[in-house]
Amino acid sequence: MTAVTPAPPSTAVRPAPAGTVPPGRPGGRSRLRTVAGFAFGAALLFAVAPLVLSDFRLALLAKYLCVAMVAVGIGIAWGRGGMLTLGQGVFFGLGGYAMAMHLKLADAGPGGMPDFMQLYGQLDELPLWWRPFASPWFALPATVLLPMAVAFGLGSLVFRRRVRGAYFAILSQALAAAMVILLIGQQGTTGGTNGLTDIKGFFGYDLDDPVNQRMVYFIIAGTLLALLALTRQLIHSRYGELLVAVRDGEERVRFLGYDPASVKLVAYVVAAGMAGLAGALFVPAVGIISPALIGIVPSIEFVIGVAVGGRATLLGPVLGAVAVAWARTALSERFPGTWTYLQGLLFVVVVAFLPGGLASLWALARRRDGGEPPPRRGWLSLGRRRAERTEVPAA
Amino acid sequence: MSLFRGRRILAGAMTLVAAAAMTACGSKTTDEGGATGVTADVSGDTVKVGLLNSLSGTMAISEVTVRDSIMLAVEEINAAGGVLGKKIQPVGEDGASDWPTFAEKAEKLISEDRVAAVFGCWTSASRKAVKPVFEKNKALLFYPVQYEGLEQSPYIFYTGATTNQQIVPGLDYLKSQGAKSVYLVGSDYVFPRTANKIIKAYAAANGMTVLGEDYAPLGSTEFGTIVNKVKSSGADAVFNTLNGDSNVAFFKEYKSAGLTAAGMPVVSVSIAEEEVKGIGTQYLEGQLTAWNYYQTTPGAANSKFVAAYKAKYGADKPTSDPMEAAYVGVHLWKAMVEKAGAFDVEKVRAASDGITFDAPEGLVTVDGKTQHIAKTARIGKIGADGLITEVWNSGKPVAPDPYLKTYPWASGLS
Repeated sequence: MTAVTPAPPSTAVRPAPAGTVPPGRPGGRSRLRTVAGFAFGAALLFAVAPLVLSDFRLALLAKYLCVAMVAVGIGIAWGRGGMLTLGQGVFFGLGGYAMAMHLKLADAGPGGMPDFMQLYGQLDELPLWWRPFASPWFALPATVLLPMAVAFGLGSLVFRRRVRGAYFAILSQALAAAMVILLIGQQGTTGGTNGLTDIKGFFGYDLDDPVNQRMVYFIIAGTLLALLALTRQLIHSRYGELLVAVRDGEERVRFLGYDPASVKLVAYVVAAGMAGLAGALFVPAVGIISPALIGIVPSIEFVIGVAVGGRATLLGPVLGAVAVAWARTALSERFPGTWTYLQGLLFVVVVAFLPGGLASLWALARRRDGGEPPPRRGWLSLGRRRAERTEVPAA
Repeated sequence: MSLFRGRRILAGAMTLVAAAAMTACGSKTTDEGGATGVTADVSGDTVKVGLLNSLSGTMAISEVTVRDSIMLAVEEINAAGGVLGKKIQPVGEDGASDWPTFAEKAEKLISEDRVAAVFGCWTSASRKAVKPVFEKNKALLFYPVQYEGLEQSPYIFYTGATTNQQIVPGLDYLKSQGAKSVYLVGSDYVFPRTANKIIKAYAAANGMTVLGEDYAPLGSTEFGTIVNKVKSSGADAVFNTLNGDSNVAFFKEYKSAGLTAAGMPVVSVSIAEEEVKGIGTQYLEGQLTAWNYYQTTPGAANSKFVAAYKAKYGADKPTSDPMEAAYVGVHLWKAMVEKAGAFDVEKVRAASDGITFDAPEGLVTVDGKTQHIAKTARIGKIGADGLITEVWNSGKPVAPDPYLKTYPWASGLS
């Protein structure tokens, strides 16, 4: 750690803002609660959902859970690390395309070429950069490692240069826009706006068979639970506390001898890996990956789910992502003509009256029951917390 | 370690629940029937059909008109007694201008609502997204929009033009008018890029020069550079495959650069009566379009269609080619079902060959092999009143050739 910027002395002694900082190590009761919570979640996803839902609805749930995986990552980067990543679609897309490229090549058989290449590209042979994806040993790790590598490269540059706040958000969004333009322009080798569609098989399993669709759902549900367990360990670790500290007072952390850039980089790379994994599992679940899924709008939609759920909590992003995606489907089926207005209204209501997200509902209810004076909530608390966090950017 | 023990309990609990769930549902799937071929529910005295159009998002302005004309056809058929004695019950879903949403809604219409057929989709990307869904479930889609060809799904009926019924006649017309060079302008997506490949192959074989090829992102309104390039190229004509709002900006820029329909005509393949109204006739007067139907197309069938549409949706609402193709699609489906004597998809497909319909655009015939329809190609000129009048037609319906197999110059394309 070099180049320590001396922090203003007044901020160094001010107590850290309370609220979202978790207890360092969970006590006995909290651990029990976590185990019970996970068991409940697993029962819900593995037993109740498959019994209650039709094949079609279960496939939709699989899609929602993929979005929830991206949300878990955003929860770490944004909720815990304060990095508003408006470009998670890029990592989702990298994972999705890596998986789809492999599945397309597997469908085409050895030596074969995906159907669209002859149609749009008039290519005689497979482009060089497609070739490694024929091997599952390359493609599968690539779905996670490729997004992580891109995030590492970008993050190293950006965080070292102390780009943050709105500038970071704009940069991440520009990346999403650039990737979409690139994919559309290279129609012959990427499928253009159509994306990669018509994926028939998943490592030898026929995806048209509902039994195999169910298997894909179980893989997705299991992966989501595993990611949640991993995230819980991460945010309760020493690193997790450091990350929150960097979010709430980057200069102070720097003053204490840590390198905030590295702390942020880890969170950003982990979030990218989760988005990549989500993209990879999205492909067999939905059967399509296209630029429409990874551009600016879907990237913002990922963040909206997290905001609705409560960004700094463990379960909030998951609940929010699933709730927003579910509301989208339910409203659009019930009111095909006006559902967009209703969805917009829902966002406004949640952000205005429940700034902590859906996850804060429970805490709110508990406080009321306990008879403790309810803390001031609403617009004011959000505004104040923001104000506290504002700091003088380093020179 | 206390923490470690907690995780072990957790892992144990998860495995247990997962195992229980797997066995519980493993047996459930078998009694739910086969994977493919969800049959339509025709047990009642109604039959459901799906309407899959974008009612929100960037495509809504065009797709809502298609939905309206499908509804008109449904009402006409119901008023005349329905199909095989059953009234049609339309189920609408919003594709939201988002291709994966189209796939999701298609699956919902087929497996939850158990519709007998689905009408809709506009962009090629949305069609490509739903194609596997219809093929997997062996369900029917009627696709109403002119498209880039090179496709032939057994579960899609294409009631709009394929390339040899729209783009090739458009080029033939330009050639007959003495055009020796063209400039290609299009939106950056599959249809324009594929259409332009075909145009370049045609030009190479017909002694035309392609002086430039430019793409703007969908929704782009920045055309200063492109129009300058078009102007300085000195091309005899421009072939325009821009879609949606971009046309407004393009034609404004075109006019302000001093380019005119007389000096350098633009042939557009995505501008119909509805779009003319949105762009403004002052920018479009005299420019050319290539379609199979115009509101002004003569004939009793069209007078009836236009009058019925205006009576239902308002006198200021124009009718256009994709709307007409969607309207025709519903009537063709009815004719196929009645010929087959059943709603069963395979029987309907088998009965499709040779079905004719006296459509607003003239007589159309279904080609059972390609599942496209034979239709008359028409070149039109945009008038000051916003209507398009025909300046040339192919004289008789052109047989569909989605892979352009009968055109030697196109041999390298598919």
